Amino acid sequence: MAPRIGIVGIGHCRFGNSSDYDLVDVIAYSANDALEDAGGLALRKEVDQVFVGNMAAGMFNHQTAVASALISRMDMEPCPAELVENGPASGASAVKMGYMAIASGMADVVLVAAGEIMRTVSGWEATNIVATMAHTEAEYNMGLTLPGFAGMFTRLYMKKYGLTERDLALVAVKDHANAAKNKYAHVQLPVTIEAIADGPEAGVVNNYVAEPLRMYSTCPITDGSAAVILVNMDSPKAKLFGKKPIRIAGIASATDTHCVHNRKDPLVLDAVRLSAEKAYKMAGVGPADISVAELHDAFVIFELLNSEEVGFFERGKSFLGVRNHETEIGGRIPINTSGGLKAKGHPVGATGVSQIVELVRQLRGEAEEGRQVKDPKYGMAVNFGGFGNNVVTTILAKD
Amino acid sequence: MAIDELEKKLRPPERGLPPYPAKMITLASGEVMVVREAKREDIGALLGTVYPLIEVAKDYYDIVAARMYNELLAMFRYRIANEFAIVGAIDGEIAGIVTSRDVDGKLGMSLHTLTIKRGLRVGAQLFAAKMEHHIEYCKEDEVWIVAESPIGFKRWMIEYELEDRSAQYPAVRHELGGVPTYALTRKLWDAVKAVKCTGTRPVPPEILRTADKLRMPNEYIQLPGWKRNG
Repeated sequence: MAPRIGIVGIGHCRFGNSSDYDLVDVIAYSANDALEDAGGLALRKEVDQVFVGNMAAGMFNHQTAVASALISRMDMEPCPAELVENGPASGASAVKMGYMAIASGMADVVLVAAGEIMRTVSGWEATNIVATMAHTEAEYNMGLTLPGFAGMFTRLYMKKYGLTERDLALVAVKDHANAAKNKYAHVQLPVTIEAIADGPEAGVVNNYVAEPLRMYSTCPITDGSAAVILVNMDSPKAKLFGKKPIRIAGIASATDTHCVHNRKDPLVLDAVRLSAEKAYKMAGVGPADISVAELHDAFVIFELLNSEEVGFFERGKSFLGVRNHETEIGGRIPINTSGGLKAKGHPVGATGVSQIVELVRQLRGEAEEGRQVKDPKYGMAVNFGGFGNNVVTTILAKD
Repeated sequence: MAIDELEKKLRPPERGLPPYPAKMITLASGEVMVVREAKREDIGALLGTVYPLIEVAKDYYDIVAARMYNELLAMFRYRIANEFAIVGAIDGEIAGIVTSRDVDGKLGMSLHTLTIKRGLRVGAQLFAAKMEHHIEYCKEDEVWIVAESPIGFKRWMIEYELEDRSAQYPAVRHELGGVPTYALTRKLWDAVKAVKCTGTRPVPPEILRTADKLRMPNEYIQLPGWKRNG
C-alpha cells in the first residue's frame, strides 16, 4: 500500500516580469520560500530528491541542466536532482514524479520547484517557442500557434453550443477580480464587463488576438516560479515539518493524439477527462466533492472546456454556469481563485506547481481576504501540456 | 529690443495646426481616460511627469523619457516647429503622453509615446490618437514612425503593418537618429483605424473638467518605491 503523501511547504514568487533575473535564482527563491514555510532553510538537508519543472530554458534563456544548477545554488549537494519537461504541464508532472519517488520508497522528502523566464524574448518569439510543442510537420511548420489553435477551437465551440464573446469576457472579469486580490498574480487589475465587452470602445480596448479570442481571453506572457515540499506522512521525517500536511489524494495523467486533427471530435479533451477520472478514483471522490479548482486556462475557453471534462458541468453548459456566477468565489464551484493563467499569469513550466500552491493556500485557509473559499475540503488542479494532449490532474485533501 | 529680434530669428515658423478634439475612452479597468491635446500651461506638469523616468533603463524608458523631455521643453521654449502633444488623463492624473509634429502639411513626424500607467493599453490608445490627429485633423498624407523599444516595434510596425521605408534611406529618414523609418499612409490608416482607434466625443463637460488641471503621478510602477516629494 502506498504511503500517505502530503505537502508541508509551499513557495511562490510574484509573477510578472523577472527577465532581469537569472532563472535559477528565481526558482531558488520559491524553493527557499517553500523551505521557510515548512520550517526553515536547514530542512533542505532533509530533502531526498529534487525535481525541477521547466519547459524551455534552453530556448528562452540559453540554459540547460537547470536542476543541477539549482542544487548548487541552494547548497544541496549531493541530493539527487532531475529536470522534468512536459510542456506547460512540466510543473504538475514534476509533482507527479515527486509523488512517485515517495510512493516507490526511494524518498521520504521531495522538493519540487518549477520556473520559467519567458520575457527575455519578445512576445511573438515567446509565442513561437511555445508553439514548438505542436506537431512539427502537420502543425508548427504550417504556421499554427497556440493562440491560433485556441481561436479555431473557440469558434467551433461557439458554433456548436452558442457561446458568445461576452461569455468569454465574463470568465476574464471573474479571473481578474480574483487576481486583483492575489499577492502573487501578474496582472492585479480588475476589469469590467462594460469596458471589455459591452461598451462602445470595447472592441478596441479588448482587441482581437486570434479571432474570436481577444486580449482578455488570453493569458499574458509571464515569468515566475513556485515550489512545494512533499513528504511521506508515515515516515519519521514527517515530524520534522511544522505545517500540517495537505494530502495528495489523487494524481494522474493521460495523453491524447499529438495532432489535434487526429481526434474524433476536437472539442472533446479526452486526456483531461481520463486523467480526472483516474484522479477521482484514486482519491475516492467525485466532482461534487471538489470545493475549489485551478483549471488550466491559457485561453479562457479552456477553463470552460476543462470544467466540463472534469464533471463540474454538462458538456456545452459551462458558460451558463459562469453567467449564473457558479464559478465565482462563493459560488457552487469556485474556479481559478488565483486568477488563473489568464490573470495570475502563465510561466509555462511553473504553472502546474503554482496551481497546487494556490490549492494548498485555499485548503489551509491562507488565501487573502475576499479570495478565500469557505471551508474547502478538496481542491483540484488540471495542468495542460500541449494542446490538451498531455494532462495532469491533481486532487488535494484537507484531512 | 535687439534680443526680441534675435529671439524671432531663433524661433521656428509655425503653421498653426488644427485643434485635436478631446475624447474619452473607458479602459479595461472601467476607468475613464480623457484624451486631449496638451495646452501650453500643461507642459510643466508633463515635464515633471516625464523626468523621473529618465532613470529607468528597462523597456527603453530612459531614452524615450529623455527625448520626450527635450521635445516638450523645446515646444515650451519655441525651439521646435509645429509640434503637438496629446495627453491621456484618468481623473486628472497623467496616464500617458505622446508627442509628434507636422513637417509640411503633408507629412507627419511621429516623435514619442510614453506610457505612465501600464497594463491598460494606454500607450496604444494614445498612439492611435496621435495618428488620428495627423491623418484625420491635420489632413496629412502619411506619418513617419520609428521605434526605440521592442514593445513599440510590435505595437506600431507589426500591428499597424506599417510600410518599411528603411531601404529608401537616406532619402527617407526620420528625424530621430536615422534609425529605420516606417510609414503610416492614409490607406493603411483607413484599413486599421476601426480596430485601433476609439473614443467617445463629445466628452461630457463634467468629465472633461476632470482633466482641466493635470496632475503628475505620485508613484510609478516603473520606479518601485519612488514617491514624489517622498
